[in-house]
Amino acid sequence: MNERSIGQSLSRAGLTLVRPRGAVFLLLLVLLVWITVLNPSFAEPGQLMRFIQRVAPVAIVAIGQYFVIVSGEFDLSMGSLVTAQVVIAGNLIGQDDSRSIPVLGFMLLFGALIGLINGLVTTLLRVPSFIVTLGMMLALLGGILFWTGGAATGNPADGFRQIGRGGIRDVPIIDFLPWSALLLAVILAAAIWFSRRPFGKSLIAVGDNVTMARYAGVRVWWVKTSAFILSSLSATVAGVLLVGYAGVHPSVGRGYEFIAITAVVLGGVVLGGGRGWVVAAAAGAFALEALFTLLNFAGVPSTMRDAIQGGIIILAVAYSATTFRARRRRGPLETSPAMGKRPDPTLDPVSPALQDREPAGQRTDNGGI
Amino acid sequence: MTTRRLRLDNTVIVLFALIGVIIIGAVLVSTVGRNFFSDGNIRDILTGMSVLGFVAIGQTLVILCASLDLSVPYVVSLSSLIAAETMQGRQENILWAVILTLLVAAAIGLANGVIVAGLKVNGFIATLGVGLIIKGYLATEYKGTAGSVPWEFQLVGASGLGPVPISTIIMVGLAVLVALFLRKTRTGHHMFAVGGNPAVSRLSGLRTWQPVVVAHVMCSVMAALAGLLLASRLGVGSPTVGSQGGYDLLSIAAVVLGGTLLLGGRGSIWGTIGGVAIFAVLDNVMSVMQVNPFLKDVVRGIVIVAAVAIYTGRAIERRRARFSKDASGSAGTPPVDAEVAR
Amino acid sequence: MRRRANVAIAMVGAAALIALAGCSTDPTVTPPEDTGTPPVINEWFDQAQYDKQFAERGVTPQGPSSQPYLQYINAEMVDTSEFASAGAKKVCFANASISNPWRQTGWITMNQQLKELQASGAISEMETRDAQDNDDTQIADIDYFIEEGNCDVFLISPNSTAAMTPAVERACATGKPVIVFDRGVQTDCPVTFIHPIGGFAWGIDTAEFLIDHLQAGDKVVAFRILPGVDVLEQRWAAAEKLFSEAGIDAVDYFTGADPVKIKQIISDELAKGDVKGIWMDAGDGAVAALEAFEDAGVDYPVITGEDELSFLRKWKETGVTGLAPVYSNFQWRTTLLAVQKIFAGEEVPKEWVLPQDPIFVDELDSYLAKNEGMPGGHYAKFGGEDLVGYPQVWQARVMP
Repeated sequence: MNERSIGQSLSRAGLTLVRPRGAVFLLLLVLLVWITVLNPSFAEPGQLMRFIQRVAPVAIVAIGQYFVIVSGEFDLSMGSLVTAQVVIAGNLIGQDDSRSIPVLGFMLLFGALIGLINGLVTTLLRVPSFIVTLGMMLALLGGILFWTGGAATGNPADGFRQIGRGGIRDVPIIDFLPWSALLLAVILAAAIWFSRRPFGKSLIAVGDNVTMARYAGVRVWWVKTSAFILSSLSATVAGVLLVGYAGVHPSVGRGYEFIAITAVVLGGVVLGGGRGWVVAAAAGAFALEALFTLLNFAGVPSTMRDAIQGGIIILAVAYSATTFRARRRRGPLETSPAMGKRPDPTLDPVSPALQDREPAGQRTDNGGI
Repeated sequence: MTTRRLRLDNTVIVLFALIGVIIIGAVLVSTVGRNFFSDGNIRDILTGMSVLGFVAIGQTLVILCASLDLSVPYVVSLSSLIAAETMQGRQENILWAVILTLLVAAAIGLANGVIVAGLKVNGFIATLGVGLIIKGYLATEYKGTAGSVPWEFQLVGASGLGPVPISTIIMVGLAVLVALFLRKTRTGHHMFAVGGNPAVSRLSGLRTWQPVVVAHVMCSVMAALAGLLLASRLGVGSPTVGSQGGYDLLSIAAVVLGGTLLLGGRGSIWGTIGGVAIFAVLDNVMSVMQVNPFLKDVVRGIVIVAAVAIYTGRAIERRRARFSKDASGSAGTPPVDAEVAR
Repeated sequence: MRRRANVAIAMVGAAALIALAGCSTDPTVTPPEDTGTPPVINEWFDQAQYDKQFAERGVTPQGPSSQPYLQYINAEMVDTSEFASAGAKKVCFANASISNPWRQTGWITMNQQLKELQASGAISEMETRDAQDNDDTQIADIDYFIEEGNCDVFLISPNSTAAMTPAVERACATGKPVIVFDRGVQTDCPVTFIHPIGGFAWGIDTAEFLIDHLQAGDKVVAFRILPGVDVLEQRWAAAEKLFSEAGIDAVDYFTGADPVKIKQIISDELAKGDVKGIWMDAGDGAVAALEAFEDAGVDYPVITGEDELSFLRKWKETGVTGLAPVYSNFQWRTTLLAVQKIFAGEEVPKEWVLPQDPIFVDELDSYLAKNEGMPGGHYAKFGGEDLVGYPQVWQARVMP
């Protein structure tokens, strides 16, 4: 390995791609290239912006789900919450643009409240989050459909829908910059910032080992509840984008919880908590949507899509799981320098190599407490 | 010893909860001029229990091993189709069709088990993926209901002893067998061990993959039995009958409602049956009361969470980290964790 | 080493499983599909049904033209004098679900019709069990009614055709009248089976409209809700056949009526090439479909939606070339009116085929005016304008 100058950073980038944690970026790259081969116009900046606009809600939901999963929990209520927020926007705003701001405020409050309930029932009543959020999923969707008679009211005012539908036009090079792409960038940046803050560190510590985190003085209940609130807020934002992008329908948001979990796992985040990188989770969402786009372009019968998606999830996760263990058995070697940049592997509790990486581990961990 | 006591306690609580639900239900039903304990109503409840009961028994085993099975609805649908298409309405094909159905299901369960235990893919993702593969196969291969089930086989789903359907008797019989399996066989004991603490199990010389694979195979076979029962009740095979029932999440909810820890290692079949019964009574009462279908889901959601809160409130100190971690290095966990948490 | 081997075996197993799913039919049976457009073989296509419904579209229905919900086409009447009896009757209704706007609208109309029949003393009460789209639940519901319901008449809106047949036969065996509507069953034991002309007629109306406005070689994207439901599959079976005969290049997608998916599919299709027509087997997503063209900045396609108000309003607003096929929602009230007729001993059609006329552009304004103030998920031809509670009940859309 040539350890100098530009060659180093290049090889580091290359290594990151074949490394399990980087696998999602490799997968995304392959899919994007493949799409471009099938349909060269996809690579035009304008088309790419449209693609980002489409992925934004899924990626935002995945970012929210990341916080919950990395803290060792699940949020199955996200899909229902997206649907609920879409319906709330349609019903409360109606055709009156002036209500947009108050209703938006209400939606954020409502989302935070749902997250708070999920979090408190999980942490204080000790009900497994799988069950809490499953119950929330049923109750929320049933409640919202009951309230609106099947969500039959039409779309909200066009002004409100511009958030998810519109953007800045006539931008040089990219032509069209969707608001949702900007929003995604802001949220991703905020998520990265959160992850680097003590809060992010505590979150990973809690997901890694609750008891130890508690001994170390982390307020476990609050950290986990915050994760649920973040997750519900992200579902709220996704709802705002989707009601703009697509409009009101009770099927908007259906299955988003599973898509989000799949995206997060594709991004190498470990179910059960304690390991993961939020950027990879967002990349997982991009990879998943790129896959769907590829299948559309390739003309695969729509009935086969589920099967292909299922196969790819299993193979991707199996690849991460097996190569990760294989690598670990071989010792630290080249893994340390590049991986030390991200907070996750240093917190890896099971790596026999950790002792060798002690300094890196301390640096990131101590920030968390 | 404490394990045994906890299990009994939880099963007893489920029983009390069930009795409570029955009493409340009976009172509510009587307010609309119906008799909760009439033959027709009891049959309605028991019928509602049978299909979910089969699935939930299998799900219990998988959850005991700290895994999950989200592929059950698709296994149910596929099984109903294989059975109905193989039978072709002819009595002489019944035996062969049942055997074939169970074999295919066992193969799917084996695939689940190998992906979980061999490839170390989390059970949630592994079975979600396998479920999607089967779903895609069903949607591509089948356009609507197919095959037909002979009259003799339809009798399984349609007849009963007094108010007790045959299908319920079979379901309870299987529950007894599985409970015995868990209590008497080595693999059964190992399921508790592996689900409880994979690292310790490994150190004590268990082949930790074996109980996991067995549990997944049994779970898929149980789902296939549910599919056979549905084929018998419908008279045809259906590619959507499993997802219509939402058996994946409902069975997990029933298992947890029955006092089994979602983290694995502790639980009982009888608790699960109790959980399934609570759901069945709840559904029955809401249908008799003509509750708005949207509100039914609200009630279900609240009951699931509220009921589980009853157990977990008592088991605070027994919580562990969710799901088994990548098991290969868990033995070294404590010292490393001390580093992390400092 | 052994673990490595295990991993390898497991990988192969997983790959085999995927390959299994990918292999949709026995390769020895299917000819390779590489040439242009092969002749359409849709297993839902039924020439006899197609011909029957093709003809029924042209028939002037019998009965009062101001009450389309009481009209019938090519009816063979059956005598119901054996059921004639006085007094208010108890109706037991096994409903498949109210999980989509079409069923919700019908359910509201049905309940308002019920109020009138209760007031007139024909019906004492209606007990409803909702199966929430679940075959097994609906079978149990019917069995419960047979044993515990004290029913005078059974109404059944089957969740699926073949699976519900045994249970409907059990209901018939009680000797009480059974009325089936919307989807059918594979037995003629019910007194009457009420339905609009059917899925093939929908497919013919829509495909002919698109073919008239397009040229051979043009691309039509077809949006379908889900596979395996006969009333929906027949719509596509007819349309697919006609498209293929006219040389229209049609591709179909299942979307679950999710407007997000609809929009994404259209933008992908537009990236591949021009899309000239949009066909839908239900109108839920028509607005999203049109918006996808707006967002991409290309001309609107020719579109067939449904008589759902959200589509009608978008149609009016944009002035697209459109057609609103109708799957007559008023059948929900016909069902209760049939109960009244049967107990009065009046003859009813054995197969009660209701008219099913699409809304053309020249009728658009009148239907929009008639349904002013209704929510987007309301159906223009709901046929309940003369019922108690009109229009507030439909506007408020409170599910009973």
